[in-house]
Amino acid sequence: MIILQHIGRYSLLIKRAFARPEKHKMYYFRLIREMEALGINSVGIVAIISFFMGAVITIQTAYNTENPLLPTYLIGLAARDSILLEFSSTIVALILAGKVGSRIASEIGTMRVTEQIDALEIMGINSASYLILPKIVAFMILAPFLSVLSMVVGIFGGWIAGVSAGVVSTADYVYGIRFAFIPYYIVYSLIKSVIFAFLIATISAYHGYYTSGGALEVGRSSTLAVVHSSVFILLFNLILTQLLLS
Amino acid sequence: MIEVRHISKSFDGEQVLNDISVSFEQGKTNLIIGKSGSGKTVLLKCIIGLHEVDQGEIYYSGNNFTAMNIMDKKKVRQKFGMLFQGGALFDSLTVEENVRFKLDMFTGMTTREKQERVDFCLKRVNLENKNDLYPAELSGGMKKRVAIARAIVLNPRYLFCDEPNSGLDPQTAILIDKLIIEITEEFNMTTIVNTHDINSVMEMGDKVVYIDKGKKWWEGSNLDILNTDNEELNNFLFANKMVRQLKNINDSRQ
Ligand SMILES: Nc1ncnc2c1ncn2[C@@H]1O[C@H](COP(=O)(O)OP(=O)(O)OP(=O)(O)O)[C@@H](O)[C@H]1O
Ligand SMILES: [Mg+2]
Repeated sequence: MIILQHIGRYSLLIKRAFARPEKHKMYYFRLIREMEALGINSVGIVAIISFFMGAVITIQTAYNTENPLLPTYLIGLAARDSILLEFSSTIVALILAGKVGSRIASEIGTMRVTEQIDALEIMGINSASYLILPKIVAFMILAPFLSVLSMVVGIFGGWIAGVSAGVVSTADYVYGIRFAFIPYYIVYSLIKSVIFAFLIATISAYHGYYTSGGALEVGRSSTLAVVHSSVFILLFNLILTQLLLS
Repeated sequence: MIEVRHISKSFDGEQVLNDISVSFEQGKTNLIIGKSGSGKTVLLKCIIGLHEVDQGEIYYSGNNFTAMNIMDKKKVRQKFGMLFQGGALFDSLTVEENVRFKLDMFTGMTTREKQERVDFCLKRVNLENKNDLYPAELSGGMKKRVAIARAIVLNPRYLFCDEPNSGLDPQTAILIDKLIIEITEEFNMTTIVNTHDINSVMEMGDKVVYIDKGKKWWEGSNLDILNTDNEELNNFLFANKMVRQLKNINDSRQ
């Protein structure tokens, strides 16, 4: 019952968020700000994590396939597929749920408890659309770029690690990366990243928007935002994999 | 002119407002007074439509605000100026951007015109050379003044202030009160102020409404208060023994 209530309130909020913006110029201005705050500031963490995960995936694949019958280029191939299929979209989304989700929820939650949202409403501004829409759009635009960044850096990290650990040669790794390459995997991954971005932005905004109380509740909203975003990312990962790959 | 007719409001079965009717006149500073927790903030929020009332209606210049659809409500709200109990300045914007906000959202003014208007409003509240500071860098009194400047930037017809001088020293508090009275007269606004500060009552009570436990118990002007024999109101306003004695002396003289 409570879940249905949440879903109902969430849907209404999202519907309100997609109303026509009051003033387009202000909206673009906010969109740029949000793209900077949500996307550009996430480049660092995505790059670092992708580099190390790429490295670990490569080395683990190498040690698990230490069989003279298996060609070493399989290492590159396995690393590529794990990175493209799951890592660059799902795992990166989970990390961003922590970083971006908590940021969105605490920003909007703070505005709620300090009556800034009431102040917007009293001015005759649709606070949902003013606050939430630019975040959704900004994050959905930037998520595919973060995903591509993660692919590139992850594969690069795998190469550095594989070569320096002496488990694969550059030639074999590159051959593996290009072997039986299915471009659709990239499309698949980008579609997932856009949908995950929508989930993170809207779920976190929802928790922030319906915060009531004080600073303590803002903290709780931001935790809930991260937890619920993560759960829904995993759930939708399953659904999307079925829909897009089967 | 704002008319409140028979409004009631409860939260989760707990009655906070009980059949309140009162009217607030244009060009005057109207006060709502009452103890902490008596329902002042809830009443004000019902009047401006942040809370939906369970019963009753609110009329703005004769138009039924309660029955309006969202678009019409928005239009009325654009004539509102509101001062929240905590200021509610936008943290992420500077003082200047806060004041300019409504101009950006609702007008087609040029950058220069906006700048002039912002400077005028900030000057009006005696706050100059603070344009580029963020709300977190201001003192409590400065925040209230920025909030007033933001509230008046579009020449509102209705001004609402929730405890405009709570947490301020008596002198600054009186300055803020004076400012509210002056701009009310200057721009011929209908102003409603929530307060439990006796100084404010004496300073600006063209009309005073006393509420307690969600009911209206008394209304009149600040001069009437000096002569009232309403026990509740006297106990509330003249809680201090010394002040009470002064009033008694005043009463016995008459
Ligand atoms: N959103 C809400 N949900 C439930 N109860 C509320 C809500 N807002 C206010 N109340 C209750 O309504 C009553 C009146 O609160 P209100 O904030 O109007 O008091 P007040 O007169 O403004 O007090 P103060 O002078 O301390 O600001 C309180 O008992 C409060 O608990
Ligand atoms: Mg209050």
